[in-house]
Amino acid sequence: MDNQRDRKENRAALPLVLPFVLVYAALFIYPSLQMLATSFTDGALTKQGAWVGLANYERLLSDRGFGAALRNTLYFVALTVVPGTLVGLALAMVVNRLRGYWQAIALSVFFVPYILPVSTVTSIAYLLTDSPNSPLGGLAQAANGTTISVWSSAAWFMPSVAVLTIWWTVGFSVLLFLAGLRAIPKNLYEAAQLDGAGRWAQLRWITWTLLKPITILVLTIQLILQIRVFDQVYLMASQSPSRSATVLVHYIYSVAFQRNQAGYASAVAVALFLIVLAFVVLQFQLLRIRRSK
Amino acid sequence: MSGGLGRRWDLGGLALWVVSLVLVVLWAFPIFWAVFATAGPADATTGFFRTYGNVLFNTDLGRWYLNSIVTSGGVTLIVIAISSTCGYAISQIEFTGRRMLWYGILGSFMIPVQALIVNHFFLIYQWGLLNTWLGVILPQLIAPIAVIVYKQFFDSIPQELGEAAFLDGAKHWQIFLNIYLPMNWGVTLALAIIVFIGAWNAFLWPFLAVTKPEMMNVTVSIAQIRSYGVSGLAAALMAGLPVVVIYLLFQRRVTEAVTLSVAEKDDA
Repeated sequence: MDNQRDRKENRAALPLVLPFVLVYAALFIYPSLQMLATSFTDGALTKQGAWVGLANYERLLSDRGFGAALRNTLYFVALTVVPGTLVGLALAMVVNRLRGYWQAIALSVFFVPYILPVSTVTSIAYLLTDSPNSPLGGLAQAANGTTISVWSSAAWFMPSVAVLTIWWTVGFSVLLFLAGLRAIPKNLYEAAQLDGAGRWAQLRWITWTLLKPITILVLTIQLILQIRVFDQVYLMASQSPSRSATVLVHYIYSVAFQRNQAGYASAVAVALFLIVLAFVVLQFQLLRIRRSK
Repeated sequence: MSGGLGRRWDLGGLALWVVSLVLVVLWAFPIFWAVFATAGPADATTGFFRTYGNVLFNTDLGRWYLNSIVTSGGVTLIVIAISSTCGYAISQIEFTGRRMLWYGILGSFMIPVQALIVNHFFLIYQWGLLNTWLGVILPQLIAPIAVIVYKQFFDSIPQELGEAAFLDGAKHWQIFLNIYLPMNWGVTLALAIIVFIGAWNAFLWPFLAVTKPEMMNVTVSIAQIRSYGVSGLAAALMAGLPVVVIYLLFQRRVTEAVTLSVAEKDDA
C-alpha cells in the first residue's frame, strides 16, 4: 500500500521536477564536475587535453599572475565590502529620516543605479572623469593643476573602481537596512529620549545594536558578491596597466580565452570556488558561534 | 509639507539635514549629468534629437534591443516555468529524493557561476550554440533562488485547499495550475521582474557567448562603442532605459522582490 502511494507520488512529481533537474544537471552539475576534471589536464578552450596530474595546481603556487589577481581581488574586497556596508547603512538612515514624497525620491535616487546595466554605469564613469572638460576631471584639475587619469594609474585604479562599485550597488544594501530600521519599534527611541539619551547614544545603543543581524547579512552577501567581481573591473581596465587591474575571474577569462589554456584556467576556477566556499563556511561557523552564545 | 522638516531645528538636526541633502545630490549627480550631457547643446552640431537620432538610426541599436529582449525574456519564462513547478513539487509532493534535491538547491545558491565560464563555453561550443540566442540563454537558467522563494510561498498556503481538490480527483499539475500558481501571481510577477532585469544586465556570459556584432545584447554591444563620446554615452543610457522604466513602473514589486530573495536565503 505504502509502496503504491510512493509510486503514485513519484509519478506525479516527475514531470514537475524533471525540467528543473535536467537544466540543473546539464548546466550546473555537469560543468562543475567537468571543471574539476579539466583542471587536471592541459586542455585548450575547445579541445580536450591530456591528463597532467597536479601540474596545473603546482603552477598555481608559483604563478605571479595568479598571485597578483588574488591580491587585487582581496584588495577590491577590502575596499568595497565594509565601506559599502557602512555607506549603505548611512544612506538607509537618510531615507528613514524622511517622510512621504521625499522618502520615495531619496530611495529611488539611491536605488536606481543598482538597476542599471554595468556597461551603462562604466560609460557614465568614463565620461565623468576622463577629460579636463568632464566634471570630475575639471575638479581634479582645479585641485591638482592637472587631471589624474584614475583609470590608467596603478595606484588609483582599484580605489576608483571601488567608489564606482559602491555608488552602483549600494541601493541593494540600503533596501535591506531600511527594512531593518523600519522594524525597530519607535517607542524605544521615545523612551530613550525621555531618559535623556542624545542622538549619538540612541544610534549606538538602539539602532546599531538592533541592526547587527542585518549588518552581518549585508556583509556576507557583499563578500560573496565582490570576490567574484569581473564586469566593472574588466570594462574600466581597458586603459590600465593589466597587472594592477586583474581580478580572479578576469584572470580565468584571460588564461582561458586569450591564452587558450582551459586546463590551467579550470585550476584557477577551482581555486576561486574553494576561496568562496571557505568564506561561506567561515561565515556560517561565525554565525553559529554567535547564535549559541 | 514634509514631515522631515517639522522636526526639531537644533544644530545636530541641521547638520544631518545638510549631510542628507549632499548625499542625495551626490548620488543623483552622475545620471543627471549624463542625461544632461547627451541632451544639452554643447555646440551647434549636437543636441538631444541629433544625438539620440544618431544612436537609434545609425547604429544597430534596434537589433541589439531585440537580442536583449529575446534572451532576457527567454531566461525569465524558462526560469519561472521550471522553478515554480519544481518549487511546487518540493513543497507539496512526497517523492523519493525530495530532501536531497532541496538541500542541493539550498547549497548551490552561493556557488560562483563565474567559475564555470570555461566549461559553459566548451559545452555551448560543443552544442554548436555560440552566437545564438539559445546559447546566451542556457547558462543563465541556473537560478536556485527562484525555487527557494516558490517553495517557501507554496509552503504557507493552507494544506486544506490542495487536499480538498485532491479528494475531488484533481491531479497535482491541475492543483498547481489552478490553485497554487494563481494564488501567487504577486510572487511570480516580482520574481519575473528581477530575473528579467538580472538577465538584461548580465554581462560576462553574453559577452563570451557572442562574437558577432549582430547577435550581441545591447549591454555588451554598447561597451564596444563607448569611445564614441556623447553618442556612446547616449547609447549607454538607452541600454539602461528599459530596466529603469520597468523599475519605475513596478517600484514596489522590485524592492519587495529584492528583500524577499534575501530574507528567504537568510532563513535557509
